[in-house]
Amino acid sequence: MSEQKKQTVIPIGPYHPLQEEPEFFKLYVEGEKVVGLDIELGYNHRGIEKLSESKHFDQVPFLVERICGICSTSHPFAYVNAVEDLAGIDVPIRAKYIRTIIGELERLHSHLLWLGLAGHFLGYNTVWMWSWKYREPVLDILELITGNRQNYAMFKIGGVRQNIEKDDIPKIRKMCDDLIPIIDMFKGAVIDDPVIHARTKGVGILTKQEAIDFCVIGPTARACGIDIDVRRDDPYSAYPLVDWKVIVMKNGDIFDKLVVRVLEMYESAKIIKGCLTGLKKEPEGEIDAKVKTIPPGEGIGRHEAPRGEVFHYVRSDGSNRPIRHKIRAPSYMNIASNRVAAIRGTISDAAITLAAVDPCYCCTERCITIDKKTNKKIFDWEDLIKLSQEKTYFLSQAKKLKSIQKRKSK
Amino acid sequence: MNIIEQIKEKLGNKITAVTEKNRQRYYININPKDILQTAKIISNDLGCRFATATGIDTKEGIEILYHFSHDKTGKIITLGVILKNKEKPEIESITPILKGAEWIEQEIWEMLGVNFKGHPDLKRLLLAKDWPEGNYPLRQKEQK
Repeated sequence: MSEQKKQTVIPIGPYHPLQEEPEFFKLYVEGEKVVGLDIELGYNHRGIEKLSESKHFDQVPFLVERICGICSTSHPFAYVNAVEDLAGIDVPIRAKYIRTIIGELERLHSHLLWLGLAGHFLGYNTVWMWSWKYREPVLDILELITGNRQNYAMFKIGGVRQNIEKDDIPKIRKMCDDLIPIIDMFKGAVIDDPVIHARTKGVGILTKQEAIDFCVIGPTARACGIDIDVRRDDPYSAYPLVDWKVIVMKNGDIFDKLVVRVLEMYESAKIIKGCLTGLKKEPEGEIDAKVKTIPPGEGIGRHEAPRGEVFHYVRSDGSNRPIRHKIRAPSYMNIASNRVAAIRGTISDAAITLAAVDPCYCCTERCITIDKKTNKKIFDWEDLIKLSQEKTYFLSQAKKLKSIQKRKSK
Repeated sequence: MNIIEQIKEKLGNKITAVTEKNRQRYYININPKDILQTAKIISNDLGCRFATATGIDTKEGIEILYHFSHDKTGKIITLGVILKNKEKPEIESITPILKGAEWIEQEIWEMLGVNFKGHPDLKRLLLAKDWPEGNYPLRQKEQK
């Protein structure tokens, strides 16, 4: 206790300019050195597991989609995998391809978002602005396919809700092709940059043994040399049907976590293109297995989200609701590892170390625009919703018009 | 020899039942008193990764499912225990051998009131500080 008294406590959070989500980190420091870390969670606890028990099986995907604003498809993906495991449902091949495409588009935009945040935390705001700018085309493609930039509402038990039309395939492919030079640029700007080297190499190291002890997953584990990826280890959807590889580094510092995420973007683009080729070959057909009832039993579903493995356990008693639905998000395992990763560093490195596991920040709120002279909102909440609905409507109309023209020309 | 046969051989008579749900999902029931040894064998000796644990309030008692992932084969091995004493459910903590279980056990403690013996820091994690003591949100009988 006497040693504890000499230490200074620096609080980060629960509300702090560096964090977009409430979490409380208590840093114990001696001089510049971080010697201890306490993490407090629970500012965002919404009781979704309990809520899930009161929804019927088809409503739950909408609920779990709202757990996270960034990886909004990971939870429905893992949930439908769990229910399909429970009931032994086979999903049509088209639905498998479409699910995989949505999952990988999400990984692309999520990694771009993290890259921006990491740049921002390091004081390298150019990277932040670039990567968020180049994230937009990915969101546009998601809007084209699903009608939404976030919370896509694509997943249902037994399939997907919307088809990817033949006409859209070249657009998605072009987006992927256009993204490659951009990832090349980031690879150059980030991986070869001496300032980034100085700030991230050898900083916030998590050794392989510590990673195993803390059971960390996803890019955080792969940067430490643990070769795990649910997409390859426990194949689901269309992942076994396309060619790609798992990126593994070995040092476990922030630089390696950065490299893993940048290189994973290439693989995501490759998976999407592989799926599009597969989708083109498949004849038009069912995208939904039309599931009627869920038998009693239990099932486990997993999905490799951008941050790591999402784990869902569902138990059914034969009624139309799950009697228990357990959700484990990847950050739950990864954030705990900060207790060792942040300790050996200095205060100035703590912010980026805490952010290096990519803790799940919600970005669901959109902006408001205010006219400075009159102090009036130009767009309020209702207007923004209206704008979004109008845009979706126009997109769908343009799609319809095209298909009519095509039929006429035939 | 595949992982399931290895587990069966290593655990021997500790296993009370094995269910094969399908090729990738196995459910193994054990006695609550064997949990620490079993978790040690499965994680340290057989190299399975601890994924998470699920606590369920059932008619028979509080059921805890420890999910282990064998990443080489992608199989999930679930160790199930039932704590029959619903008034004061107690089980040994696996945190001393698996640091990753710390928050998960804390969560089950505050949601279902299971006392994990030997847990280093059994304190509130997710619930608010003013949440009433002894009121466990995931217990079924609490619904009125």
